[in-house]
Amino acid sequence: MNNLLVLPMILPVLMGVILVLFRPYIRVQRVLSLLTMVLSAGVAAYCLEYIRRTGIMRLDFGDWLPPHGILFVGDSFAMLLVLAACVVSSIILLYAFVTTGIETEKMFFYPFFLFLVAGVNGSFLTGDLFNLFVCFEVMLLASYVLLTLGGRKMQLKEGITYVLINVLASWFFLLGIAYLYGTVGTLNMAHIAVRVAEAGQGPLLTLISIVFLIVFSLKAGLLLYFWLPGSYAAPPTAVAALFGALLTKVGIYALYRMFTLIFIHDPLVFKMIGVLAVVTMIGGCLGAIAYGDIRQIVSYNVIISVGFVLTGLAISTTTAFQGASYYLVHDMASKALLFLLAGTVVHLTGRSKFDEISGLIRNYPLVGWLFFLTMLAVAGIPPLSGFIGKVYIGLGAIETGSYLLLAVAFISGIGVLYSLLRIFLNSFWGETTISEDDQVSFKKALGLPLVLLAMLVVGMGIGAELLSPYIQDATNTLANPEQYIRAVLDNDLK
Amino acid sequence: MILQTVTKIVFFIILTFGVELFISGHNNPGGGFIGGLVLSSAFVLLYLVYDIETVHRGTPFDFKRVAALGVLLAVGTGVLSLLFGVPFLSQSTREFDLPVFGETELGTMTIFEAGVALTVLGVVVTIILGISEDVE
Repeated sequence: MNNLLVLPMILPVLMGVILVLFRPYIRVQRVLSLLTMVLSAGVAAYCLEYIRRTGIMRLDFGDWLPPHGILFVGDSFAMLLVLAACVVSSIILLYAFVTTGIETEKMFFYPFFLFLVAGVNGSFLTGDLFNLFVCFEVMLLASYVLLTLGGRKMQLKEGITYVLINVLASWFFLLGIAYLYGTVGTLNMAHIAVRVAEAGQGPLLTLISIVFLIVFSLKAGLLLYFWLPGSYAAPPTAVAALFGALLTKVGIYALYRMFTLIFIHDPLVFKMIGVLAVVTMIGGCLGAIAYGDIRQIVSYNVIISVGFVLTGLAISTTTAFQGASYYLVHDMASKALLFLLAGTVVHLTGRSKFDEISGLIRNYPLVGWLFFLTMLAVAGIPPLSGFIGKVYIGLGAIETGSYLLLAVAFISGIGVLYSLLRIFLNSFWGETTISEDDQVSFKKALGLPLVLLAMLVVGMGIGAELLSPYIQDATNTLANPEQYIRAVLDNDLK
Repeated sequence: MILQTVTKIVFFIILTFGVELFISGHNNPGGGFIGGLVLSSAFVLLYLVYDIETVHRGTPFDFKRVAALGVLLAVGTGVLSLLFGVPFLSQSTREFDLPVFGETELGTMTIFEAGVALTVLGVVVTIILGISEDVE
């Protein structure tokens, strides 16, 4: 038993509800929500260290022992993602303070922000499949609100697509859970894993696993990403950054959990994931290069990285898992930064097509150089944070001889670099079109979150060594699911 | 007119039934969710029979806040167990010797369920009001 484990989810929920009661007091809401996020991040960091020293944490709600009760399981992989999510969303909050209008803030912006993070953290931590569904729904409901809050036509239009797609996906999710429960008779993920292993993963179970693959692919944007660029480009910058940083990661996490713990016995499914990842990367690259809208390009970059992370799952070796863990954490920070920068450029110039903007680096040197830095990080140039993840996933691909995956993964890196370099050369380089007098002033407070995220990106690259014990631990659990199962089902280990 | 007169009585019958369902939920069919739904149906009936302003004058609280309070109550009982060093969401019961009721078992489960009931009440009424506002 360790009650700390529930705090990253329950603190935001509790504070979100309290903030509903403080509706008119925007300043109180800002301070309290930031405090909550920082506190959750602190708890997550402590838990991460605790897990490394003493092994996987587990909390049985109401002392109902597994497999009967629901529970939270904290292994390093989940906790790393929780920590990254908390840190990144704290920084995005700083950006939201400046850019979100008072009208929107009064419409329960901060409570829903906190509910979203709570849903994300809950999804990472839960050890129960139905509970995962519930946490997904908490996250999605909050995201529906945040997406449409403000009520611009674009937001409502994309909102409808987004809600419909997700309702459909949730229905499939429920269907999958029902099938699985009907087949193995349990919802505890570790217990399902044991029973699937005992029964052998026959055609029926493989079919069920493919239902889950479809569900989580819709959520993660693996192949089924058609809804993503629109709905990530529509909302205000801070919300878009939150979506880009967190939402697809939850889908990716769920895929990793399902296919490293439960459905590990059929190589066919992993081949399918590989094919999906390749198609996703190619499609993402085409989109990123085809569009002229900066926000669209950035959204397509999210898709490319989804494909990239899931090549790690398709390969499924220890090295690849290590790369994927690094890359996921890096991707949260760098995608948040990329979305914030893109939004800042659109906000400063009032335009969103990159060929209509020119010479921004004269007007806003900080934004320009940060964009350059982010571009390098996302493309995986050493010593920035994207590099190490790419190397490990590449190594994994070589180990297993999946050269096609390797080739596509690295060519997609060039696609990323090209799509962002085009923005950089066109919009930041070249003739300055905005005179010093006309330019919209760049608020200092906007710079702070950008710089913090950039420091995080650089820090994760240079300090990769510091992260490595936790990554090792995460990789260990992914590669040896029996550790996870033992931690959950062994009732003496409490 | 007839409807309004009937509603004045039926409203309280529904409320009582809601509370009855809520309390019996401990060992019999019922509970916070159903109790909350029945309670909210009482309010919806009021909104249907009288107009929104009249009801608002009679119920001077924001139903969004009721929902928030409900969630707070429900989550609060879970969080309280953290303070006692037992797992999150643990519930406990104890026998009390109360004057009128005699030997009674009181549990923190009831507080949790009350939270659920309030949440359902607040959310349902908010949704109904939200839909009706668009029509105006």
